[in-house]
Amino acid sequence: MGSVVEVEPVDDPGQPKRTNAGHANVAVVTLTKRIIPCIDVDIDEDGEAAVYTGVNFEDLDYTGDPVEMAKKYNAAGADEFVFLDITASAEGRETMLDTVERVADEVFIPLTVGGGIRTREDVKETLRAGADKVSINSGAIANPELIEAGAAAFGSQCIVISVDARRRFDEAGEHYVEVDGESCWFECTVKGGREGTDLDVIEWAAEAEERGAGELFVNSIDADGTKEGYDIPLTRAVCETVSTPVIASSGCGGPEDMYEVFTEAGADAGLAASIFHYDEFGIGEVKSYLDERGVPVRV
Amino acid sequence: MSDSSAAVVVVDYGLGNLRSVTRGLERAGADVTISEDPAAIHDADGVVLPGVGAFREGMDNAGPYRDALTEYAEAGRPLFGICLGMQMLLTTSEEAEREGQGDVEGLDLIPGRNVRFTDAEPIPQMGWNDLRVERDHSLVDGVDGNYAYFVHSYYAVPDDEAAVVAATEYDGERFASVVANEAGNVFGTQFHPEKSGETGLRILQNFVERCE
Repeated sequence: MGSVVEVEPVDDPGQPKRTNAGHANVAVVTLTKRIIPCIDVDIDEDGEAAVYTGVNFEDLDYTGDPVEMAKKYNAAGADEFVFLDITASAEGRETMLDTVERVADEVFIPLTVGGGIRTREDVKETLRAGADKVSINSGAIANPELIEAGAAAFGSQCIVISVDARRRFDEAGEHYVEVDGESCWFECTVKGGREGTDLDVIEWAAEAEERGAGELFVNSIDADGTKEGYDIPLTRAVCETVSTPVIASSGCGGPEDMYEVFTEAGADAGLAASIFHYDEFGIGEVKSYLDERGVPVRV
Repeated sequence: MSDSSAAVVVVDYGLGNLRSVTRGLERAGADVTISEDPAAIHDADGVVLPGVGAFREGMDNAGPYRDALTEYAEAGRPLFGICLGMQMLLTTSEEAEREGQGDVEGLDLIPGRNVRFTDAEPIPQMGWNDLRVERDHSLVDGVDGNYAYFVHSYYAVPDDEAAVVAATEYDGERFASVVANEAGNVFGTQFHPEKSGETGLRILQNFVERCE
């Protein structure tokens, strides 16, 4: 466009320095990698929305008010938020919608809401409350047509399909990867990992994309709460299967885990809960770490 | 105007969630009315044309507002299109042709057409990308080099290169991320300022100041 071509400011103190430039280890810089704090929302004993985090989908600890949390993360430079209703009850949904409205009024970055979304009407009312995207898990496994219906009515960009994957070392899968010298496949689970489905995550990811999912949100039952890093073989296998953005989740213990999932698995976004909730690492700290190593982030 | 707070009308033609854009404008100091009445445009200090979804559907729904918007824009008053709302400011879009819906007329306030990304992928572009300001315009004061949040498959190609206020590059493909007409009173962003954090709020504030 025009005759002006890519002039790098030489010494302009008003411009943020583009420290991504010059690094060669990230092939083509297109969009920044997104850092997404996840907030699990439950109802406390007074019937108010409250944030909890857990280990292996159990043992929940109270950590604060969701709106205050969202404001804090926004100020710290979060690229998006994910809110998960972990009550999976009608009462929980009402509380969640109210929380979404309050967050959307205060915070001006994209907001994804998940938990208990089963019908087109659920999708509609969640978006209307101020969510930009909905994350659907078992509701889509039970009724895959919900993906098409949601995408047709509201656009693919707001339909995120979430999977809770679990490693299985038997013969029942479709797609196998080598993990520590053993061959395993990844099964979609429901009810927070308590129930299996025999559905292969890789098959399901391809189908979800085909049906119109705009993003895939990949959780790992094995890695969740461990803080020992994302499930890299799982995330990589999903990234190699679909062209939609992939949000890696479960197991993040620090900036080096984010770095690994971006550079080794090809994830587009890294989600974390407890490291941010407990202030073990700041979002800015994670981004600086990535930026210094040539991973494009919004700083 | 004796009242310092700008009366901004957000046109509600039935597409999308207006909550964030309304709250963002309010935070910038505007007195916001969401209106389904084309007559409300006449008395506004500023008008926002929001939008997500398809060009054809957007133009069908915006049909009743066409005359009011044209008259308002030709009077030199500020009209701000966001995302699909920005694309609707142009003459036409390849999207309707590709969808077999023929030639759908846009508002034609900024001559040009909207085209689909040719080589860049994946489509839609969804995420944070940076803005390179190419020409002075009050809407983009203070945001050169900053990141904004995009969700789109099509982008504007104005006939007049000078209509490109800011450009952005996605997977090697350069496109207009902010456009404005020659007079500067009709403008739009391809990204969502109401989802672009502090940068977006700054843009909304620049807009509201222009309306005051």
